[in-house]
Amino acid sequence: MHIAWGSLLIVFMVSFAAAVAVVVLVAYALVALSGPSIDSPDAGTSVALPASAANKAVAGACLAAAGLIVLYGLYVIVSA
Amino acid sequence: MSIIVITVVVTAILFDFTNGFHDTANAMATSIATGALKPKVAVLLAGVLNFVGAFLSVAVAKTISGGLVDDTKITPVVIFAGLVGAILWNLLTWLLGLPSSSSHALFGGLIGATWVAAGAGAIKFATVISKVLLPLVLSPIIAGIIGLAATYFLYRITANSDDQVVRKGFKLSQIVSASMVALAHGTNDAQKTMGIITLTLITVGTLPQGASPPYWVIFCCALAIGLGTSLGGWRIIQTMGKRISEIQSPQGFAAETSSAAVILTSAHLGFALSTTQVCTGSIFGAGAGRRLATVQWSVAGRMALAWLMTLPAAAIVGAVAAWVAGSGTAGTIIVAIAALAIAAAIFAANRRNAVNAHNVNDVPTPQPAMAA
Repeated sequence: MHIAWGSLLIVFMVSFAAAVAVVVLVAYALVALSGPSIDSPDAGTSVALPASAANKAVAGACLAAAGLIVLYGLYVIVSA
Repeated sequence: MSIIVITVVVTAILFDFTNGFHDTANAMATSIATGALKPKVAVLLAGVLNFVGAFLSVAVAKTISGGLVDDTKITPVVIFAGLVGAILWNLLTWLLGLPSSSSHALFGGLIGATWVAAGAGAIKFATVISKVLLPLVLSPIIAGIIGLAATYFLYRITANSDDQVVRKGFKLSQIVSASMVALAHGTNDAQKTMGIITLTLITVGTLPQGASPPYWVIFCCALAIGLGTSLGGWRIIQTMGKRISEIQSPQGFAAETSSAAVILTSAHLGFALSTTQVCTGSIFGAGAGRRLATVQWSVAGRMALAWLMTLPAAAIVGAVAAWVAGSGTAGTIIVAIAALAIAAAIFAANRRNAVNAHNVNDVPTPQPAMAA
């Protein structure tokens, strides 16, 4: 019996890479958007400052990269 | 086209419809549970995207029409019996709120009916195992591992960021990821019905062997699954969104992204996996990625039981239906009437304590300790 272990492995690796990449990119975008945090006078807490323009640019780039991964995946499926 | 072929096509489209509302939960359960989307908006969005998704690929449809059973040995009546088995099992598990696999139900019904009508020799076990059974077993585990890893990274990366920005960001991201799952679901699941209808048309010689589904078949299946999805299977949405684990937006996002990736990659390679099991696997993974204790493992046990039983149970119903229907036209009519009666009874039972858009999130939190 022929079992396509290779294809199953591809499913695992591609999905793992794609899902983790998208999730990590979105996470970093949100980290950038939440701005730098500084320690507040109250002990043990911190206050986030508004995101700077540079941070927003980083966030935008991360989200765009995540979007491109998704679009490329759809393109591969539709064009098959 | 003869009456029996039309009956099979209609029954297949009915199955597709049940497939849709049985599986709305896959895409939308976590978004509804976390409040990212309003229940009604969520199911409508899922319906539209299922419709669109159905047009993306035919790889899975060809696996089903070309590989599972020997199309020279079976008749439309056999396929009809298989569909009856699948529909009844889908309705029963929906009544119980169990996210069982519509795909298992379909394959089980078809295999059971073929076995009785044409013998075990007509079932291509090698393809069944390599393209269907193995992916079915492995996919939820794969999705679970990916969901776990994704959730772990999410919480790690965003641990020190502004809580409000992160929460809002993930709620928005979740709308996108849930939409991707709905799209992936349309791609993978609508193709199963397309495959069945194509198989029927091949058995009666309307289409040549190895044919792709004709356009009208793709369109009807897309429409049926879209409509079914937009009806919303609230019972299962409740189970998946609220009873497995108290899901937060980041986890919902991680789970949905993992599910969409696994389903789309598999669909592209023609693996007919169970979208339900993939999504459930991801939710368990995402639950475990945050804190192991928050997962309701007793619910997992019940679900695993339903998973194990689905294929054989649908096979038995399909086999009985094939046996009765095999006695001639009268037998086929008896099966049809019996199926309608049972379906009506299940809908009547559902009305007694209906779960709908208004009370879908009203689940008592299981244990205070779990919510920590």
